[in-house]
Amino acid sequence: MARMKFLCDADRCIECNACVTACKNEHEVPWGINRRRVVTLNDGLPGERSVSMACMHCTDAPCAAVCPVDCFYTTDDAVVLHNKDTCIGCGYCSYACPFGAPQYPQTANFGTRGKMDKCTYCSGGPEPDMSQAEYVKYGANRLAEGKLPLCAEMCSTKALLAGDGDIIADIYRERVVTRGYGSGAWGWRTAYGETVTV
Amino acid sequence: MRYLSQFMIAIAVLVFMGQAAPVAVAQVNPTANSVTEDSMFEALTGDENAVAGRVSIPDRSAGNLIKPENKSWAAFQGGTVQTLSIIAVVGMVVLLALFYMIRGRIRVESGFSGRKILRFGAIDRFAHWTMAATFIILALTGLNLIVGSTVVLPIIGEGAFGTLTAFGKLAHNYLAWPFMVALVLVFILWVIDNIPNKLDLEWIKQGGGLLKKGVHPPAKKFNAGQKVIFWSVILGGAGLSFTGVMMLFPGMTATPADWQLYQMIHALIAAGLTAIIVAHIYIGSVGMEGAFDAMGTGEVDENWAKEHHGLWVDEVKAKSGKTSPISTPAE
Repeated sequence: MARMKFLCDADRCIECNACVTACKNEHEVPWGINRRRVVTLNDGLPGERSVSMACMHCTDAPCAAVCPVDCFYTTDDAVVLHNKDTCIGCGYCSYACPFGAPQYPQTANFGTRGKMDKCTYCSGGPEPDMSQAEYVKYGANRLAEGKLPLCAEMCSTKALLAGDGDIIADIYRERVVTRGYGSGAWGWRTAYGETVTV
Repeated sequence: MRYLSQFMIAIAVLVFMGQAAPVAVAQVNPTANSVTEDSMFEALTGDENAVAGRVSIPDRSAGNLIKPENKSWAAFQGGTVQTLSIIAVVGMVVLLALFYMIRGRIRVESGFSGRKILRFGAIDRFAHWTMAATFIILALTGLNLIVGSTVVLPIIGEGAFGTLTAFGKLAHNYLAWPFMVALVLVFILWVIDNIPNKLDLEWIKQGGGLLKKGVHPPAKKFNAGQKVIFWSVILGGAGLSFTGVMMLFPGMTATPADWQLYQMIHALIAAGLTAIIVAHIYIGSVGMEGAFDAMGTGEVDENWAKEHHGLWVDEVKAKSGKTSPISTPAE
């Protein structure tokens, strides 16, 4: 099985936010939640770069370590998913996540947190693949259809790569060697304890 | 001649390239100032523990791109807190079981006299039991958040455990308020009698009379052991209340790092205080004959009072003649 990862080539990202929009549309993401976002570093300064970030589907995910109800699980493709039926909206995972992935819709009085929502790597949840119940809770399951996450698939500059970690690392490495520069595989060190060395 | 001209051209080209090359490098290097993950990690300082930038969505906190520090809190919360909580609670239960096996139940040595003294009035008992009931639920639901997924979940399954914990979270959030009210009430009612004095040193020196039969160090209304319980509850409870309110309203904490700190303090105090309260429940029920009446009916047997709070009995008697607070049962 593949070890799925995201890699954002910051030297290609043009901050068009199409990945953000595509994600929201594909999964009917609740109001106020962005499963993916684009952060611009050194904004307006020389060397400005933008990075598209979502759940990185960490190895030994910190969210899973702190979840009091153990609602997280890792699929065979190494995608970190969670069960919204078990989730109690305590918020611990959002404090454990280095990437700000877990978010909560405000569903009840006093701004109480609802069930946590985050990037599913376009692979749904524990319900049967491509079922209506799965779609309502987690959004589309593109992986079950044999497709990669939509954010990366429709990226106009091919900055955002999704797929097996080794393959996308090779693609990125080749780019860096060809053009002579690269600002790094953002988040890889934090998520997987490794960097893409070129 | 042909060779010469070719040689001259070659020289010219080489000279031209030699001059042009450095200029070209200086012009086309888009990465000279580009941010790299390495450089941003190096620039991280203690206060700003995030690689951050600008976002175009309303949620400003989404501008934090990577916060590697969060992983250390996760490791502490997912491992250390769990271990410490189990050690504190299970350790105390084991200690008490050993104590019970060695010392047995502490009896009223001179037997029950049948005469009762009023020790705690209705308000005292109301405050105590409000705090006790809420604390027990808070402790159980809190422990459930820490160790439930390893202890309870395998027994009742994920679905039932999720529902249970969701209700537990609600109970924890809302019962915290009556707990805090009772905490303030208890403080006001009993602080006068819980100020440490010289008698406490003597009480501690004699081990409180807990370890040997026939030893009864003098004590007023509260002995040194009870004062330790009182101040643990007051200070621990205040700490839990403050950190708890900060966690309940995350907007009040300055940064997520502050929230993590409050959470760690909350969990550690809770583990310690739960262990202390387990000991308090033991000595107030199974561990000592006649002790439960103080908070049950509010009236204790005179002989129990003389053995454990001799000076207090004298005070009560001196204050109100011989009859009033001491009632003899109708015969």
